[in-house]
Amino acid sequence: MGKAELPLHAPGTQLDKGYIGQSVPRANAQRLLQGRGSFTDDLIFPRLAHVAFFRSPYAHARVKRLDFKRALRSPGVIGVFDGRAVAEYCKPWMGVLAHLKGIRSPEQHAIAIERACWQGEAVAAVVAESRGQAEDAVGLIEADWEELPAVVDMDEALAGKVVIHPELGDNICFKREHDTGGVDEAFAKADVVVEETYNFGRHTGVCIEGRAILADYNAGEHSLTVYHATQAPHMMQDIFSRHLGIPEANVRVIAKDVGGSYGIKVHVYADEMATAALSVMLRRPVKFVADRLESFLSDIHAREHKVKVRLACTKEGEILAFDLDDLTAIGPYSVYPRTSGIEGNQVVNLTGGPYKHQKYRAKMNVVFTNKNVTCQYRAVGHPIAVALTEAIVDRAALELKMDPAELRRRNLIPDDAYPYTFPSGIKFEKLSHHRTLDKLLELMDYKSLRAQQADFRKKGVTRGIGLAAMIEVTNPSPAFYGVGGARISAQDGATLRFEPTGMVTVLCGVTEQGQGTEGIFAQIAASAVGVTVDKVRVITGDTGVTPYGGGTWASRGAGIGGEAVLLAGRALRSNILDVAAVVLKMDKAELDIVKNEVVNRLTLEAKLPLAELGRIAHFRPDTLPVDFQSELTVTRSYTPRQYAFTFSNGIQASYVEVDPETGFVKLLKHWCVEDAGTVINPMLVDEQIRGGVVQGIGAALYEECLYGPDGQLLNGNMADYLVPMSSEMPDIVCAHIETPTKQSQLGAKGVGEAGTAGAPGAVMNAINDALAPLGARVTAMPFTPERILVALRKI
Amino acid sequence: MEHAVETTLTVNGIEVTRRIEPRRNLVDFLREELGLTGSHVGCEHGVCGACTVRVDGEIVRGCLMLAVQANGCKVETIEGLSDSGELARLQKAFHDRNALQCGFCTPAMLMAARDLQLKNPKASREEIRTHLSGNYCRCTGYQAIVDAIEDVLHG
Ligand code: FES
Ligand code: FES
Repeated sequence: MGKAELPLHAPGTQLDKGYIGQSVPRANAQRLLQGRGSFTDDLIFPRLAHVAFFRSPYAHARVKRLDFKRALRSPGVIGVFDGRAVAEYCKPWMGVLAHLKGIRSPEQHAIAIERACWQGEAVAAVVAESRGQAEDAVGLIEADWEELPAVVDMDEALAGKVVIHPELGDNICFKREHDTGGVDEAFAKADVVVEETYNFGRHTGVCIEGRAILADYNAGEHSLTVYHATQAPHMMQDIFSRHLGIPEANVRVIAKDVGGSYGIKVHVYADEMATAALSVMLRRPVKFVADRLESFLSDIHAREHKVKVRLACTKEGEILAFDLDDLTAIGPYSVYPRTSGIEGNQVVNLTGGPYKHQKYRAKMNVVFTNKNVTCQYRAVGHPIAVALTEAIVDRAALELKMDPAELRRRNLIPDDAYPYTFPSGIKFEKLSHHRTLDKLLELMDYKSLRAQQADFRKKGVTRGIGLAAMIEVTNPSPAFYGVGGARISAQDGATLRFEPTGMVTVLCGVTEQGQGTEGIFAQIAASAVGVTVDKVRVITGDTGVTPYGGGTWASRGAGIGGEAVLLAGRALRSNILDVAAVVLKMDKAELDIVKNEVVNRLTLEAKLPLAELGRIAHFRPDTLPVDFQSELTVTRSYTPRQYAFTFSNGIQASYVEVDPETGFVKLLKHWCVEDAGTVINPMLVDEQIRGGVVQGIGAALYEECLYGPDGQLLNGNMADYLVPMSSEMPDIVCAHIETPTKQSQLGAKGVGEAGTAGAPGAVMNAINDALAPLGARVTAMPFTPERILVALRKI
Repeated sequence: MEHAVETTLTVNGIEVTRRIEPRRNLVDFLREELGLTGSHVGCEHGVCGACTVRVDGEIVRGCLMLAVQANGCKVETIEGLSDSGELARLQKAFHDRNALQCGFCTPAMLMAARDLQLKNPKASREEIRTHLSGNYCRCTGYQAIVDAIEDVLHG
């Protein structure tokens, strides 16, 4: 094991092919490496005020009385506000979407009025000159509470003896059933039927930078500028506008450096809406940065599923059908505007995804509970669908006494079967399951590894190998949110501007939170225009300057934003050549742009440096023919439309050692073969996959938001909620198959969520492979030493 | 501020004197009073390591040390070590390897890496992983960070 191979280095290498596919280090990393980034909490404004929230200590309680007298007298306090006061400035919302038929949620306010529905829901806000003073005053707020019965358990929520929102009649937020027909018949004729129930713990994103917002209202122009650690600036612009009653054109959202997001920073948070409202109310800038304890209580959580799954197959190992029953709990509200119904919906869409069976039945219930809200976090539903699919497939392999890789090979959808419609109704343009499987087995030297595992077993060392094949939603079309009525753009635009010095400025609606978006846009723009990558500057994350767009979520940045940049780059190249043709009095078809020079296309003889062309076009257009006008700023847009989603595929493997005495799992190595279409920058892609794998490993082994029976979060701090550390993580080997999507010229599919989607399933299967000879099996994530010891009947 | 304590310390080579509230921790003081925002706050309870700075040659958690405790001390931050060039090789290796994504953990990661380089310049891959375990990164898989440090130590 050792270092990843050092990738190719640009600038300058293989420029004839452009920068696509090259590991160019990204320019925007430089400021971050010197601590000279600009995160929202780094910003300081004149008259800046700070807000701290008074949060419910109970999971479910009526607020009978709030007394702010002492808090108001506390030093530095500017104002103390309850939910009613803030509601006058901020309209409530409801997290429902029309295409999730029947989904329901009560209204949610920026600050809860009368009743708190989870421990940590804010019921009052203190604004003061410093955050410390605001926190001091929060401690002086007096409240009388009437505790209400809390619904904490999913099954109890479903049973509905206690109903959280009486006006809804029961605790069901959303349910869905899907049936191809013929499922019972398939099970009846199957040689082998396996069934198991899997539990997935709640966990959360733990961005090292807490949620952060600085809202700056200007009463003189009735305008609001929001510096926001967000993934979706335009979505937030629309929401601030509609809920605060400020014309959209007067709202500007700026996402500067964002310290990790992973889906956590793409939702509407009540405390952030309250911060914006308080800025309007107080007519001054107000900042809120969630501290770590309130992050655990109020950042969205995710997962928490209990899923029963059955699989039917023949004795030759042909899978005939899947039958699924998923129960998932989302807290007391469906989160706005994306809803909390999507994760369960994805589990229904994706279960069994890599395989060619034709019969499928699924039932899914999404229920309300009195815990923190859950919503879309990295890989949304995929980790659940992949883990339960792959676990039950391994279970079948065990029953059939067949090698798990062989069982997969017999059932993966053939590489020549596309386009393909899966029994859940989703459509695949082109996937490469068999090629990825072959590549994985070769990469990990599967046969030798199995032999090694057997040797270790003889020595009494318990090792296991686990595989997990997967499909992933990327490049979503408007079918994801837009069709349901959400004002969330599936389209993105890119503007490219040719500057007088020969530089190219790129502006794009997709945002950067470290994925390397700006870096790959520079690579694409440079390749499309014909300049070196050092000549490109990229600006993202500002609704005041970039084209309208969706931002960053659902693995869409490279595939959608990147295509817009490519199209704009090609158009700009053509427009530059128009100028060159008139300057040089040559035919445009004879000219090309290579390395910042206009050249003769055939001889490659240098004709005109772009800096000189820029000077003429911008400052001496008087020297050009009167009927010629140069156009050196172009905008192009792209929306994927042929398919609802551009599916990518991949497969992962995990190699672990389980200590049967302590229950500890040591991760020995991890592999991921991914087909995300065109790879723009392998170095960025690989480390993004690795980061995703590590988050998936966190879910499999360490991370869980634990609640007591009264709905109290028991481990809401970084010492008790464990996230993966460098010493525990294995080296992760990545490889690629490239099946470009034909829906775009770039051919890129998304990759940001792949690692997280597949890793939990691979680790789960590896642990169970290790435990199998000991007659033990685990089915509840995370697989803590305690759970493993219980499975081994040691405790 | 009635209990503020006059404190004098050297920050990145420059002596500063301020009246500081006793409860103010070092990282907040550096960020908010001195505008040195390269040191970050990730948990304020000593776990994530994002607030790592160097005090009298030892790396410490800026959230666990009070600013007044730094009276008479020599404090160095990412800004200072960047300008002096002390981190240049590590920074280049991090850049070449893309050993950062969002960059929020990165200044502290570099401080920890430099500490290892000074104390155990021949550290193995395992030792690098262990040394970094007090610094959380939620974006990378740690591997590029370990690779980058290995490049510098053994390159
Ligand atoms: S902020 Fe100091 S260790 Fe996390
Ligand atoms: S790069 Fe984002 S936390 Fe490390």
